[in-house]
Amino acid sequence: MAKFHVTTTVNGEEVEFLCDAQDSMLDVLRGPLGLTGSKEGCGSGDCGACSITVDGRLVCSCLMLAAEAQGHSIGTIEGMAQGDRLHPLQEKFIELAALQCGICTPGFLVAAKALLDRNTNPTETEVRYWLAGNLCRCTGYDKIIRAVMDVAADMRKGVAA
Amino acid sequence: MTGQVYKWIGTRPNRPDGADKVTGRARFGADFNMPGQLVGRVLRSPHPHARIVSIDIGAAAALPGVKAVVTAADFPEQENIVVPAGEMQVNLRDVTRNIMAREKVLYEGHPVAAVAATTDAVAKQAVALIKVVYEELPHVIDVAAAMQDGAPILHDHIRTEGVQPAPTKASNIAKRVENLKGDVARGFAEAEVIIERSYTTQPVHQAYIEPHACLASAAEDGQVQVWTTTQGHFQVRGFCSRLLNIETSQIRVTPSEIGGGFGGKTVVYLEPVAVRLSQKTGKPVKMVMTREEVFRASGPAPGGTVKVKLGAKRDGRIVAADITIALQAGAFPGSPIGPACWCSMACYDVDNIRVVGFDVVSNRPKVAAYRAPGAPISAFGVESTIDMLAQELGMDPIELRLKNAAQKGTKTHYGPTFDRIGFIETLEAARNSAHWKSPVKPGYARGLAAGFWFNVGADSSAAAHVAEDGTVTVISGNPDIGGSRASLALMAAEELGVDYDKVRAIIADTSSVGFNFVTGGSRVTFATGLAVVNATKDAIRELKVRAAKIWGVDPEGVVWEGGQARPAGHNVGEFEPLSLAEIAAQAGKTGGPINGHAQLNAQGAGPGFGVHIADVKVDPDTGGVTIGRYTAVQDVGTAIHPGYVEGQLQGGAVQGIGWALNEEYIYNARGRLDNPGFLDYRIPVASDLPMIETVLVEVPNPHHPYGVRGVGEVPIVPPLATIANAVARATGVRMTDLPISPPRLSAALDAAMPRLAAE
Repeated sequence: MAKFHVTTTVNGEEVEFLCDAQDSMLDVLRGPLGLTGSKEGCGSGDCGACSITVDGRLVCSCLMLAAEAQGHSIGTIEGMAQGDRLHPLQEKFIELAALQCGICTPGFLVAAKALLDRNTNPTETEVRYWLAGNLCRCTGYDKIIRAVMDVAADMRKGVAA
Repeated sequence: MTGQVYKWIGTRPNRPDGADKVTGRARFGADFNMPGQLVGRVLRSPHPHARIVSIDIGAAAALPGVKAVVTAADFPEQENIVVPAGEMQVNLRDVTRNIMAREKVLYEGHPVAAVAATTDAVAKQAVALIKVVYEELPHVIDVAAAMQDGAPILHDHIRTEGVQPAPTKASNIAKRVENLKGDVARGFAEAEVIIERSYTTQPVHQAYIEPHACLASAAEDGQVQVWTTTQGHFQVRGFCSRLLNIETSQIRVTPSEIGGGFGGKTVVYLEPVAVRLSQKTGKPVKMVMTREEVFRASGPAPGGTVKVKLGAKRDGRIVAADITIALQAGAFPGSPIGPACWCSMACYDVDNIRVVGFDVVSNRPKVAAYRAPGAPISAFGVESTIDMLAQELGMDPIELRLKNAAQKGTKTHYGPTFDRIGFIETLEAARNSAHWKSPVKPGYARGLAAGFWFNVGADSSAAAHVAEDGTVTVISGNPDIGGSRASLALMAAEELGVDYDKVRAIIADTSSVGFNFVTGGSRVTFATGLAVVNATKDAIRELKVRAAKIWGVDPEGVVWEGGQARPAGHNVGEFEPLSLAEIAAQAGKTGGPINGHAQLNAQGAGPGFGVHIADVKVDPDTGGVTIGRYTAVQDVGTAIHPGYVEGQLQGGAVQGIGWALNEEYIYNARGRLDNPGFLDYRIPVASDLPMIETVLVEVPNPHHPYGVRGVGEVPIVPPLATIANAVARATGVRMTDLPISPPRLSAALDAAMPRLAAE
């Protein structure tokens, strides 16, 4: 069976790949593109560990067909730090111990950034509902929510980028 | 509390693996690949109980791209002997049958065969081509049903252990255990109030977000390498060695970063199969479970029944406890019935206690450890009953617990006499907490419960290597599941008197450091921490020898203070202190590399106690429970890195909340699991919860240089009863069956309506 030839943008770089019709975006990211920061926790869109952005919109990459990436702009955890500088959310997660095992962390960071890109003044309830599609079994969410709220506050004060 | 002043212990530096884990760089189980690797897939039983009549692998093996197919015939038979695995005991005869079914399949999802193929698509196609003929047998899912006479028998060879006279008939009850203290009949005769209730809890999955995954490579010379996500790579090595008859030193297991385990990754499922497939094909084989496979065939924690009878005096003094616990082991014997019995009454100093436990097999996946295995189940029964006792006596629930609290010198019903413990301090801290002192908001009610876990020590090895520039690498062998690298580095920095960032903690593979028992039992910061401290002390001893050489004095004349060697006194001579870096720079001239080593079997793990408080609101129409406020109070010994200690309390509490409110397996009439995914097996999500407040009580463990007590397991013990007690106080309805899900609670509220209206 002929493969699809896809041209897309991943973390600002143009990339090309070949994929089968049934390949998910997550399969291609983790396989041919070698971007293993996106994790497969369920394969059914329930855990959020594979969260990416597509043209800025938050998506579970396990639910997206790779062929659909044609002509779009994909953002993954690997594109979050700028050069040698971590994104403020990444720094705050480390500082506040907002991760334990770390498997859900890339998905939470991508999702949290997608929230703060839209709203730098979310209430705790808004943060909790925005992140309700990301499962964490280690932390009880407390420190994750605090980290996101803290970064939002820093952004409002102009401390964080 | 000890008045100790530390430079690093108790601080909150960034974890050494932080940047890797926030950038996606950290490599977890499924992130390892090798050139030329094959993909392994497992064929699993669709039946909960069936005899395997025949397996025809012909069509699968003939499919282009398929390189090997294995069945139980490819794994040697094992003796009927029990070996320790994590906090659980496992029987090798059963383990080999659990990784690959032999005579019978015993649960839906039980592996029957496995293939290795060039691509995942081919592997899946091959699995579908394997023809298995089954003779279906009657099955039993529920623990109470499995104990009945006439229940379908899973194992013809099992005779209930611990019963006199020894039974002659096969049974699903693998074992009966009993803990006895005092005279229970006399105790109840003295009691002025007796409360008796029966409880049930459902099995719950550990629900780590990372599915099981491994990569195995067996070379032509017999050497084997495995990369895997595990809580114990030394256990993986041991199991592969025994199950495949490979000498232990020929196997090298490298742990990946681990995406959660909670006990569920202390056993093996895929690794021996991947190694066998690699041996047969001569190629590396990678195997990753789907989430559905994780639910159908790994874990869970047992469900069970708990019967509690408590007798007390009117003043609140508990005089007798009689408890019966039956835990479901899954398809093979070995539930955590022992810990469930031990932990049931360990919080209380009661003269007359009898605890009887049963280990029961049924047609579900073999249970695995889950955070304080067994303890949440028995504590749910005991702490609910104590709450009823408090209500009956009109006593404050903290006051009632203080009146009966175990303390130093209390002899437990299961044997040990407590050394210094902090249950009283924990109860007092709960009473003094901002949460307990705050008024309960209108519409809410407040519940409280306690919990206990004994904590584990066991085997650990560590090394401390001093580099040429005086920086230090601390090497140990426990996968870092929640920030333990940071805690180990903090203890080494404190010991050495150098900055935290001069110490790097790494986790070595099985061939690069001595044996370490699993990451489990809340043992790593305690036991492996002790090994790290001792290895660091060993390096310091050598540093003093080198300083003595440089100065031309006896090593006894050198002390180590503030990261420097100094003369012990004026009589030794006047020398400028030598820093770690200065001594390291001259190592070549003074005897070569400077390393420290330690190996130990850690004794004296300090037991931990927790008290949780919840404010809940119940929607009378839907039975939905909202948690408005939640606080976890715990004696943590010494919080080495308080951020990660708080994290343990918060995470454990929320797992317990899930156990109390949502989580359960739903089996249909055919014995098949109907909810093998995160959509229908609902673990708590961020929008379900409030912040989880923590109060760290520090009563140092006298058996650790920094007072460490394990902290990870205690916090899952109190929440089940905490929530049930709050719901009882909110509604007047005592929920004795978990989970307290909306359908169950609304049905219970409806049933209680006439009684509540009459009251």
